[in-house]
Formats: sequence, C-alpha cells, structure tokens
Amino acid sequence: MREAIAALVHDGDCVAIEGFTHLICFAAGHEIIRQRKRDLVLCRLTPDLIYDQMVAAGCARKLIFSYLGNPGVGSLHAVRRAVEQGIPAPLELEEYTHLGMVARYIAGAAGLPFYPLRTFAGSDLPRVNPRIRQVEDPYGSGAVFVVPPLNPDVAIIHVQRADAEGNAQIWGLLGVQVEAAFAAKHVIVVAEEIVDEAVIRADPNRTVIPNLIVDAVVHEPFGAHPSYVQGYYDRDTEAYIAWDTISRESGTLQQWLDAWVYGLSGRAEYVEKLGSQVWQRLKPGDAWSGQVNYGRYC
Amino acid sequence: MNDYTASEMMIVAAARALADARVVFVGIGLPNIACNLAQRTVAPHLELIYESGVYGARPARLPLSIGDPCLVSGAVGVMPMSHLLQYYLQRGLIDVGLLGAAQIDRYGNLNTTVIGDYYRPQVRLPGSGGACEIALMCRRVLIITRLSRRTFVEKLDFVTSPGFLEGGDARARLGCYGEGPAAVITDMGIFRFDRVTHEMFLASLYPGCTVERVQEQVGWPLRVADGLDTVAPPAEKELRILRQELDPAGRLRM
Repeated sequence: MREAIAALVHDGDCVAIEGFTHLICFAAGHEIIRQRKRDLVLCRLTPDLIYDQMVAAGCARKLIFSYLGNPGVGSLHAVRRAVEQGIPAPLELEEYTHLGMVARYIAGAAGLPFYPLRTFAGSDLPRVNPRIRQVEDPYGSGAVFVVPPLNPDVAIIHVQRADAEGNAQIWGLLGVQVEAAFAAKHVIVVAEEIVDEAVIRADPNRTVIPNLIVDAVVHEPFGAHPSYVQGYYDRDTEAYIAWDTISRESGTLQQWLDAWVYGLSGRAEYVEKLGSQVWQRLKPGDAWSGQVNYGRYC
Repeated sequence: MNDYTASEMMIVAAARALADARVVFVGIGLPNIACNLAQRTVAPHLELIYESGVYGARPARLPLSIGDPCLVSGAVGVMPMSHLLQYYLQRGLIDVGLLGAAQIDRYGNLNTTVIGDYYRPQVRLPGSGGACEIALMCRRVLIITRLSRRTFVEKLDFVTSPGFLEGGDARARLGCYGEGPAAVITDMGIFRFDRVTHEMFLASLYPGCTVERVQEQVGWPLRVADGLDTVAPPAEKELRILRQELDPAGRLRM
C-alpha cells in the first residue's frame, strides 16, 4: 500500500476512493493521511468517515459528492467544521445528486463529453453548481439536464478478490466501483484476497475490473474496516456511532488520528490493535451462492 | 391497547399508506422501518428497493444503513447503482418513494442541503443523495417527518427535492415526472395536498391530537379538511411486530 500510494497519489490530485457503504478502502485513506498528501480533490457519492478523516488531517481542498453524512448516524463533523468555520482550512464543495454523480462517472468511463439525465428539475442544485447545465434535445423533447465527465487522477477500488494482474471480482453492493475505475486515469485495486488466475477464470461473470486498467494491486486484508466486505466482515456500526463522538471536537479527533493512523505503520498493525474480539463480532455466518454451469466446450 | 408512542403511531400510519404499493423506494430510518412493517402487514408482496442497488430485499435484521449487508443476502437482485437509478427509478418503474426532510414548505418541497445561506451555511446538512430524483421520478411520494416549527417553514432555505414548487400546475410544467407528494405523515396527524392549488392541508389527526396543537408546530396558517377524520390507533399486531421483530432496542419507535 505504501508504495502504491507514494507512486500514484500526488499533491493536488483528484482522487476517488469509492464503494457505497460496502468496500470503502479506509486502509488507502489512512496511508494517504500518513504520507501527508495535500490539496486533494476528493470524489465520492458519500464522503463517509473516510473523507471526514482525510479532511480533518488536512489532505483535501475540495469535495465532489452527493450525500454528506455519517450513514444512519448523523453529521460528518470534521467536514462541517471545515465548511461552516474554515477549520482546519476552508473546503470547497461541488455537489450533485446520486444520479448526477453516477452520470459524471459514466461519462468519464465511456469517454463522452457530457451525459444527459432527468434529475435536477425544480431543484436549487443547478443554481449553486454551474457544472449542471441544460442542452436542447436534438430529437425535440425539449431541454435536458447534462453533467460533464468526472475523470479522477486515481481511483482506489476495494474488492473481495483479485489475481496478481489486477483482474478483480466483487459481489454484494457494486456501488459505482466499475464506473469510477474506468473513469480514472490510474487504478489501484485493493483486495481482501489474492487468488490464482484460475479462480477468476472459473467465474468470469463476477469479474468487474480487468487488468487492462489496473496500475497497482495491493493485498490488504480487513482494509475496508469500519465499512464492510460482503461475506468477509460486517459493517462496524459501533465504530460509525463512536465516530460521532470522536469527531465532534478537533482535539479528540486529532488524538484518534494519532492513535489509529499516524501511530501505526499500516493496516496490519491496525488489525492487530483493533483486536480479535472485534473481528469475532464482525464475522458473518455463511450464506453460499448456488453454482451455475458455464459448460465445457472443447 | 392505548400505550403507544407518537413515533409508533407515525410508523404505523406510514406502513398503512403503503397498502396498495408494489414497489417502494426505501430510505433509512423511519421510512425503512415503516416499509418493513408494511411488508409484514398490509403489503406482503411489497418489493423493497434501496438506492444502494438492491431490488426485492428481505432483510433478516433491521438494516442500520441503506447499504447494510443484510439487504444483499436473500434479495431478488443486486446491481450497480447506475442500473438501479437509471433503469428502475428514472425509467418510472417505482410506485412510491419515502422521504424525510430538515425543512418542508406548504407545497411539499423539501430541503436537506443547508440551513441559512448556501455559501455561508449555519448548518450544513447532508445534501440530496438520491432524494431529488426520488421526489421527481417515483409515481408518488410519501414524506415522513415529525412536526416542528423548525421543519414546517414558510420558506425553504434551499429546495433540494421538488414537491409542487409554487403550487398550481408548476410541477406539471417541469415535464413528465411522477405525481409528487401524496401525503405528509407526522407524529400528530396526516397532511394531504389540494388537487388544484397543491397546498398542504391537515387531513387526519391521531387520537388525542388537536388542530390547535398541530397549528402551533406549523409556520404558516394551516388549512384543515372539512371532513377531518381521526386515524385508528395502532393495532396489537402492528405494535407486536414493531416492538418484537423490527425494533426491539427501541431506536426508532421511542
């Protein structure tokens, strides 16, 4: 992880650590904080705790997003401090709706100049975001809203498993992992497990990201905690609730960063520090998929 | 059985409002528990759809977020958000959307973006998420929120999700979208919207609530239905499912 972040994330870059509730690569966010990257433009539908931590650590100058909250809990206090009081520094916001963000990634991934969509009508969002525009439908249906492509410098995509070349498979919520990966100029795949190429080839429908677009593959078990990985570990709801208290004051938040980010060399130490009791609590029972027959044709 | 909380009455009223729905777009919190109660009572064939990319969820526990892993296991389908938001929602396949709000005005417009000026906010709220497209594209919208003068305001600080805009035919002029808000379900009663002016009016009260107490919590002169009726209190079965199966810890119903 250290080498991948050092090589591919630079000060001033536009970075997307995606994953909708599921597969949010906190390990990468923490490494970016440790390497003291600055002036990043951070993209995510839901900035979540990961960007709250990165904003508090002074990594970001701007967020591009659609929902700014601690899901199921409340506010992102560090982001609010930055926006409402300029602490530790002012933070620029560029906001859309979920569909608006999805459309920006699709345009970026497909190499299109803009993407049409039917949301935003009657909302004040286009008034405060000049990138949301209207064009005339050339086929006569009237004005249609459009958004421009979003092409992050680097996307960091957490997955259940990948081979050493970066061919990656995901199951459970897919979020915008595929769109963000294809939209980005560089891709870091972070996998819970590195598997043999034969495992990937045995179930090709599950492959969502091909080696073609992958710049680095990182093996980082438990790298998405306190978010979750379907079938591997549950979302740590207690950690999301605890963050509400930790993040209310800059002081307690900085102590948390010292203890859980700056004071650790990487995710392996984090996993050990968290302790086996937490991992036991988060371990789900089994629910295997049925198998399908792909057929043998030789 | 008359020992129930105002929140329980609100959740039960919202569940009952889903009686004729087939596909419902579920938000987290009160909408989520209301949909799960509806599936177990008035609408056994209700398909729960979550913006995280899940169609036909049958969660074994009450999900804490709309991306909870329990929504995936046992669901009918899981897909990228781009499919769900475009092919299901934008395509117009969803009957009912449930939304909450920090501010609502008399035409059912919703604000979840900022309190105060957008560029110098007193309070920065989460923003739209999927709410704007849900408000536009579901065939009808149910709004679930507690009554308070801070919430029911004369003028929104920001329109995140359109209801009937300035009323009359303003929403229809936006083009071909869903019908808009059908009801606002609160902790004291239920509001509906006039067919012509599209202004909100008090249509039903919960047992023990009065028009005066509702008016105290609403920031404009409230219109009241001629035939104002009283909602039946929660039935024993509704309360049992709510308390024992859906929210044993009492997080949402207290």
